[in-house]
Amino acid sequence: MTGQLDQLFVSLKQWLVSFLPQAAQPMAGILLSISAIIGAFATMFAITTIMERKILGRIQNRLGPNRVGPFGLLQPAADGIKMLTKEDIVPFAADKLVHFLAPVVLIIPVALALAMIPYGRNMTAVDLDAGILFFFAVGSATELSVFMAGWSSQNKYSLVGAMRAIAQMISYEMPLVLSTVSVLMMAGTLSLPLIVQAQSGYIYEILPRWNVFTPWGLAGFVLFMIAATAESNRAPFDLPEAESEIIAGYLTEYSGFKYALFFMAEYWGLFAVSGLAVTLFLGGWNAPFPFLQWVPSWAWFFAKLGTIIFGFIWVRGTLPRLRLDQLMNFAWKFLLPMSLINIVVTAMWHFSRVFQFVGAREMRWVLCALVLAIPYFFLGRALGEGRPAKRNYKFAE
Amino acid sequence: MLGTGLIKGMAQTAKNFVGSYQGPERLVTVQYPEERLAPKENARNFPFLVFDGDDAQKGLRCVACQICEKECPPKCIYINKSKDKKPDYIGKPQFYPATFDIDISVCMSCQICVEVCPFDAIKMDKVFELSTTDRFEALLLHKTELAKPNEYFQELHPTEAAEIDTRFAEEKLKAEAKAKADAEAKAKAAAIAAAPKPEPAPVDGSIPTPVAPKTI
Repeated sequence: MTGQLDQLFVSLKQWLVSFLPQAAQPMAGILLSISAIIGAFATMFAITTIMERKILGRIQNRLGPNRVGPFGLLQPAADGIKMLTKEDIVPFAADKLVHFLAPVVLIIPVALALAMIPYGRNMTAVDLDAGILFFFAVGSATELSVFMAGWSSQNKYSLVGAMRAIAQMISYEMPLVLSTVSVLMMAGTLSLPLIVQAQSGYIYEILPRWNVFTPWGLAGFVLFMIAATAESNRAPFDLPEAESEIIAGYLTEYSGFKYALFFMAEYWGLFAVSGLAVTLFLGGWNAPFPFLQWVPSWAWFFAKLGTIIFGFIWVRGTLPRLRLDQLMNFAWKFLLPMSLINIVVTAMWHFSRVFQFVGAREMRWVLCALVLAIPYFFLGRALGEGRPAKRNYKFAE
Repeated sequence: MLGTGLIKGMAQTAKNFVGSYQGPERLVTVQYPEERLAPKENARNFPFLVFDGDDAQKGLRCVACQICEKECPPKCIYINKSKDKKPDYIGKPQFYPATFDIDISVCMSCQICVEVCPFDAIKMDKVFELSTTDRFEALLLHKTELAKPNEYFQELHPTEAAEIDTRFAEEKLKAEAKAKADAEAKAKAAAIAAAPKPEPAPVDGSIPTPVAPKTI
C-alpha cells in the first residue's frame, strides 16, 4: 500500500501512456511530466504568494489579506484576474521585440531547471548524468533575461535595476556553485537522483545521513541558501527591484500578463533553487527517521521545500535591504573565501574517515567545525572593519 | 560576531509571528469597514460652512467677505456676493454668499481659509468617505452641501466650538445691552424733547456785566 502511494504518480503516468502506440510513448511521457511540473508549480506559486503575504502580515502583527474568499484564500485568483485583464503597456521608445522576449526567456530556463529535480522515488522528469551542471548552466541564463528586460525598457530605473541584477547575480553565482562542490566531492556524482541516494540510510539506525548534519554540509547549506537568496533576487538582496530606490528595477515598464509571467518565473526560480537545496543538503525525498518511511517520498520533498520557502519568507520579513557595496563585500570577501574553506573542510572530513578509534566521529566533528569557525569569526570581523565610526555632531547637542 | 544581530532579529519576528496567533491584542490594524477608530479631535480634511439656527441658508455665518477665496492657495473656493443683506446673529444686516462652491478635488486641506475667517464661518470637516463615480460635478460642493449646523461643529471640535459659542453669546449680550442702552438713551432723549421747555431766563434788557479778563 505504501509503495503504491509512493509510486502513485509514476504508475499513473505509465498507465496513461500505455494507451498510446509504442512509438509515441516516450514523447507522451515527457509531455505528461512537463505538464505535471508546470501545473504543480503554478499552483504552488499561487499558494506561495498568499502564504507569503499572510506570514509577512503576521510577522508585522497584521492579519494579512482576508477579504477575498474564506480567510482571503482566493486572493491569488483575484490577483490573477486583475493581472490578466490589465492593459499591456509597452513603452513608446522600447525595443519591442526584446521587451516581449524577456519574460519568455526567463521562464524557459527556469522550467528546464525544474525538470532536473528529483521530486520523489523514480520521479525525476529528466534524469541527466550531469544534472547539476545542466541546472547551473540554464540557471545562469536567467541573468540574460533580466538584462534584456532592463535594457529594452529604455528607462533609467530599469537599466539601473538590470545593472545591479547583473552585478549581484554574477557575484553570487560563484559561492552558489562552490558551496555545492563539497556535496559533489562526497557523493562522487553529478546526477541529482544519485546524490539523493547517497544521503539515504541512517546512522545508528535512527539519525538521517543527510549532508546538512555534517560540518561541511551545514556550512555549505548556509552558504548555499545565502547565495540562493541573492540569486533569486529576494530580500535582503532585492536590490535589483528595490522599490524604495528604483521603483521596481527592471520590472518598472512591465504590466499585465508580462509582469505576472516575470513574477511567476522568479518564484519558479526560487522553487528550483530551493528544490536543489533540498536535494543536495536535506536528503532529497528521504524520510528523516526510519519509522516515518511510510509517508510517500514526494510528500517529504514538498514538505522540505515548503519549510525552505517559509525560511525565505521569514528572512524577508526580518532583514532590511543591503547597500550595493555591502552586497559586493559580502559576496567577495566573505562568501567566496568561506566556500573555498568549506571545500578544504570537506576534504578533511573525507580523509579523516580512516580514523577508527572510539570517539573518532566526534573528534572529526570538532576539528572540522573549528576550521570553519575560526575563519568565520575573523572574516566576519573584517567585514565590519572600514565602517565609519559613529559620528559626533558638534553643534547638534 | 557576525550573525548575532541576525539571530536576534529573526527571534523577534518569530515571536511576532507566533504571538499574533496567540494574542489578538497584538494586532495593530483595524478591520476598517466593520470596525472604525474614532477620529481625533484635531483631524481635518475639507472645509464646510457653519450655520446657526434651523434654516441652513438663512443661518449661514458667512458674510461673503471673500477673504478665504483670496487666501486659498490652490484657488478652490468660488464666492458670489449677494446684492441684498440679511441680518446676522446679532441682528446686524450683512451680505451673504449667493454662491459658495468648494472644489474638493483641488482643495489641499491646508486650513488657511479657516485661519483667516474673521466670522468663524468656515471650519474643517472630518468626513473621508467621499469617493464618487463622477470626478467633476460630484466633487464640486455647493453652498447647500457645505452648510452644516453648529451642533455638528460642536460635535467635531468641542473645545473650539465652546470657545466660539461663548464669545458669540457675549457679543450678542453686549449688542443687546447696547441696543437696550441706545433705546433707553433714545427714549430719554425723546422724553426730554417731549417734556415742557424749562423757564427761559428773564429778559430785562440789562446787559450782564462783563467778567474782567484774567491777568496772566
